[in-house]
Amino acid sequence: MAHDPAHTEHAAADAHAGGEDQHHPGWSTYWKVAVILTVITIWEVWAYYIPSLVASRIFVPMLLILSGLKFVIVVMFYMHLKYDHKLFRALFTGPLLIAALTGIALLFLFGQLVARFGPG
Amino acid sequence: MSAPAAHHYTTTGLDSRKIAIWAFIGSECMLFISLISTYLIYKGRSIVGPFPHEEWTSPDGRHFEPILDIPITSASTFVLLMSSLAMVLALAAVQNKNLPKRTRGDRILGSSKLWLWMTALLGATFLGFQAYEFTSFVHEGLTLSTNLFGSSFFTLTGFHGAHVTAGVIWLVSLLAIDYRRGLGPADALNVDIAALYWHFVDVVWIVIFTVVYLIE
Repeated sequence: MAHDPAHTEHAAADAHAGGEDQHHPGWSTYWKVAVILTVITIWEVWAYYIPSLVASRIFVPMLLILSGLKFVIVVMFYMHLKYDHKLFRALFTGPLLIAALTGIALLFLFGQLVARFGPG
Repeated sequence: MSAPAAHHYTTTGLDSRKIAIWAFIGSECMLFISLISTYLIYKGRSIVGPFPHEEWTSPDGRHFEPILDIPITSASTFVLLMSSLAMVLALAAVQNKNLPKRTRGDRILGSSKLWLWMTALLGATFLGFQAYEFTSFVHEGLTLSTNLFGSSFFTLTGFHGAHVTAGVIWLVSLLAIDYRRGLGPADALNVDIAALYWHFVDVVWIVIFTVVYLIE
């Protein structure tokens, strides 16, 4: 497509209207993020094949933390939430938190999670 | 040369289309967390097998191995993660379409068609893995109505697969536009919206992979 100043101006206006602050990361950040995501996935699968680790208390929290880390990395860097307008962050995290808290409440309600207070 | 993009400004100064996709993604979070919660509530409550992580012998003597295939699913997870990388590169290529491409690397990184193709192909590959998995499960005796695990598993992963299918169709439509008139910076917001949807589908799978496949 030929370069057209008017076209570029519209693009800039569109990007601004999109709420971007024009500081999106480039190829060097994107491939580093991909490598980190791959390493975390390999770590998760590797952990799954170690019976002593699977049987230990740290296995489930470790997997949940690793999964949460991957989730946050994709949302921040690939979905550009780190660089975008605060309103988008609110539109995403608000429903996510409400849904997550409702889900956790349901798991307690149906006995899949149990709170233990005091010794024993 | 395409017609200038129509703007959809709101009183916030932000584009209504981008606000809409984030609101949609927020509502999709609620949908998928409800499906994941349902899966977790039913987890371990199936009376008959096959089971996800345990062996089972039926009353008539048939033996069932644990049904989940972790190596296959790990490969499909990797494919979906790489599709997200291809998608951000497609968006960057569209945003930087007007920049000069001096080296071969610049031309490769600046090819929106290449990265959109890659994303769509990787998405289709993921769907192929899922079709293989569903088919093998049915052959091994697990259907939507076999037990609580089958019902909640097929509903959750089936909904996700439907979202990936919609994403692939969206990507193919962007590719058609790119071949027809070329995608340029004026289209960046439209590609960005498609990319947000695609990455969301990826993050949902990140959670499903851990919660359904890896945690016993």
